[in-house]
Amino acid sequence: MKRIIKLTINGKPVETAVSPNQTLLQFLRDDMNLTGTKHGCGLGDCGACTVILDGKAVNSCLVLAIQADNSEILTIEGLAQDGKLHPIQQSFVDKGAIQCGFCTPGMILSAKALLDQKPNPSELEIRTALSGNLCRCTGYQKIVEAIGEAAEVIRMREES
Amino acid sequence: MGDYQVLNTRATRVDGPVKATGQAKYADDFKFQGMLYASILQSPLAHARILRIDTSKAKKLPGVKAVVTSKEAGLIKYGVSPARYDETLFAHDKVRYVGDEIAAVAASDPDIALEALSLIKVDYEELPAVFDMFEAMKEGAPLIHDEFPGNMNAEVHQEFGDTEAALQSCDLVVDHTFLNKRQDAAFLEPHSCVAVFENPGRLTLYTSTQVPHYVMRTVAMTLQIPVGNVRVIKPYVGGGFGPKCEATPLEMSCGLLSKITGQPVKMTYSREQVFLHSRARHQFYAEMSLGVMKDGTMVALRNKAVLDGGAYTSFGIATVYYSGSLLGGPYKLKSMKYDGYRAYTNKPACGAQRGHGGVAHRACFEQLIDITAEKLGIDPIDMRLKNIMVTGDMTVNELDMSSLGMKECIEAIRAGSGWNNKKGKLPKGKGIGMACGFFVSGAGYPIYRSDTYHSTVVIKLSEDGGVANVMTGSAEIGQGSDTAMAMIAAETLGIKLNDVRVYSGDTDYSVDLGAYSSRQTLMTGHATKEAAEDVKNQIASYLAQELNVPVASITFVDGIVKFDGGPGNFEKLRTNYIKEHRGWTDPPTGEYLTFREAARMAYLKAGTIVGTGKYKPPRLGGSYKGAAVGTSPAYGCSAQIVEVSVDLETGEITVDGMTDAHDCGLAINKTSVEGQMQGSLSMGLGECLFEEVKFDSRGRIINPSLGEYKIPTALDMPKVKSIIVESHEPNGPYGAKEVGEGAIMPTIPAILNAIYDATGVRINELPVTSERLFMAMKNKT
Ligand code: FES
Ligand code: FES
Repeated sequence: MKRIIKLTINGKPVETAVSPNQTLLQFLRDDMNLTGTKHGCGLGDCGACTVILDGKAVNSCLVLAIQADNSEILTIEGLAQDGKLHPIQQSFVDKGAIQCGFCTPGMILSAKALLDQKPNPSELEIRTALSGNLCRCTGYQKIVEAIGEAAEVIRMREES
Repeated sequence: MGDYQVLNTRATRVDGPVKATGQAKYADDFKFQGMLYASILQSPLAHARILRIDTSKAKKLPGVKAVVTSKEAGLIKYGVSPARYDETLFAHDKVRYVGDEIAAVAASDPDIALEALSLIKVDYEELPAVFDMFEAMKEGAPLIHDEFPGNMNAEVHQEFGDTEAALQSCDLVVDHTFLNKRQDAAFLEPHSCVAVFENPGRLTLYTSTQVPHYVMRTVAMTLQIPVGNVRVIKPYVGGGFGPKCEATPLEMSCGLLSKITGQPVKMTYSREQVFLHSRARHQFYAEMSLGVMKDGTMVALRNKAVLDGGAYTSFGIATVYYSGSLLGGPYKLKSMKYDGYRAYTNKPACGAQRGHGGVAHRACFEQLIDITAEKLGIDPIDMRLKNIMVTGDMTVNELDMSSLGMKECIEAIRAGSGWNNKKGKLPKGKGIGMACGFFVSGAGYPIYRSDTYHSTVVIKLSEDGGVANVMTGSAEIGQGSDTAMAMIAAETLGIKLNDVRVYSGDTDYSVDLGAYSSRQTLMTGHATKEAAEDVKNQIASYLAQELNVPVASITFVDGIVKFDGGPGNFEKLRTNYIKEHRGWTDPPTGEYLTFREAARMAYLKAGTIVGTGKYKPPRLGGSYKGAAVGTSPAYGCSAQIVEVSVDLETGEITVDGMTDAHDCGLAINKTSVEGQMQGSLSMGLGECLFEEVKFDSRGRIINPSLGEYKIPTALDMPKVKSIIVESHEPNGPYGAKEVGEGAIMPTIPAILNAIYDATGVRINELPVTSERLFMAMKNKT
């Protein structure tokens, strides 16, 4: 039996029917066509499916779509504003933090959740916040650098 | 180094923004009208005779559109190297590992496809199985392929010089053995493919592959479709590292099911299926003896390899050759002997993975050098420098080091890590170690016998002349090849990087063998450069004629055209261009003629401006058997220093720092080069310290997930100091060569040498878990 859920995705209200066993990841990718959220394992191991749900980074493969009822969700598609990259996206591009790009949406959203809580994280805090997001390409170094730089850009923007 | 506008910079990747915003499309992101979902039935048994397959119930399940077995697929053999085609799409007489493919289903919904699989009934007669490579080679072991007695899949015997005599003449001969474990490539994107078969008989695959070209050929062969009617399109790929270098049962099944149903068919492997398909790093056993003189001069190396190949050949023939050939350098040797054996076992097939065939043997060799240096009382760095090859040297097995910054790499890490202040001066529990390595920049030959070009490239200018469209079959898999090709095209044409667009990964664009053996920068790079030169020459000849100036006086830089280094007299062209350009919003301005104007005017004269380029390596290497594996137009090399802390109570290892220097010839894009270096180090660190695909007693993988099969996280990786060492490679485009694989070569032995320095214990089996190290430390005291 399908159930109706109401939620906000990337600032837009959505009301739709979902099956009770459908994961949030499947719902976003298959029903909403938001394929920027990636499926790397389906088991909560890789973080490629990370989205921000009510301010927290979650593995969308471990959340049922019905559990997202009444929530607010941010996916990678909702981060750039008016065609302008978010500072985290921009620094990922500038710093070479992206290779194959499959971990990138999840990484960026984990980073966003971190910086929303902690605008000035230490390197260890950044690495800890990313420890649930696997990347096989980069060795993480440029990702960590990019997040550090984005944090600075955001802080400066907020100060001015 | 030349004076470049675009090359040798830190240009941002051309695919950065689409990947950062989630717009980049990967195979599983494609959807088509009427698309079906497919799934594969895989064997639950490691070795069994198939007595009967009954698909009738599955076929009757509502929503099921097709069920295929070997009956529908046929028994055409395929594989990687034609000399060892030992697979059929579906098993018909026997299954040879847990995961061997038996049938596939296409249904209107993924859940129905899975349900249908559960309705297929297979009767088996279980056979004795063998899982260990040494057991497999023993007399009386269960035979996996009738055609290969003794389960001997491939054997290599090579000798250069008289090794036994040379060893006899040495002051000291030291032995060492080493055993790694089967690895998984653990790319983040599971294999995925959508097949679209359209009348009259054309098949298009959208697939996650490193090698669109080889997939096209294999799929055409196995599905009996004329090769000209198969098109393979590689969307963005979420990592490959080797295992995506060959056509998969997933791709062939999708193709077959689409051909039968006439509807698009999609399939994506689960993470567990990625482990079952494998084709990743083999398990290697290495046994070596190094003969040296008292002063540290290396003389002779005897090397033996045993590889656990799994149930099929995959890339294995090349692998077993590489384990020998890639030890010929970067040290001078007078003689070298190699005996390699690849055994079949009832496990998933192993194939190519980053540092193909060379990684485990390099780990053994570089430890052996440290052991020998210690016996001789020589610093490990000095020992290596004493024997190091330099540009122009040739290895005993005839690998031509046409450029080799090995010495420079060693000096760079020695200075960059503070080695001199640390080696021998660290407290107990802290250690420092180093190692070197090198790798090919592409293979000298395609994997099938042919005179084909290894790469062709087409560059077509846009109608207004302002954009160069680079069309190539090469594969961007995350390494940054699209960006590298865009940079090479921009530099050669003398235009801005923003004015180049790369269309890649499509077999309809050009011929390119794909992303393996670290070949694209050199080979696709050459073809791109040649195509750009062709375009440039066409425009320059037009200008020379039109303006009556010598061709030699014309140069293109940064989007403008110079005549004898100045603006020249081009008024008439600009006037005509502006007339032509009426109604458009971007009239050309400035004191120089722009490339756009010149290209547009040349088009008006000659039609669409298209340039083509091509590359294949010259005949390389020796004439001995197997010389084709290991010979390359160029070799990249690297040296690394690793610092570790070991908890002497528990054996827990922390890697505190890594310093890495790599000679990549000219660094086309410095950021991408560092990215390859850092990624290699993390893969090497994972293999060294915790990665191991484990099996139970019946051949089932017990850790087929990224939770149980651990790869490095952000917390496992230390800060890496990456030092780019540039040489000029005469055989590379603009002097460039590989970086993607050579950088992993020294990582494992550098860690192992550092662990020894910290603990006094030599570990010769991976992974070095704290338990293994703890036991080794305990046994020593
Ligand atoms: S897909 Fe959700 S954690 Fe891997
Ligand atoms: S960029 Fe490929 S997995 Fe992170």
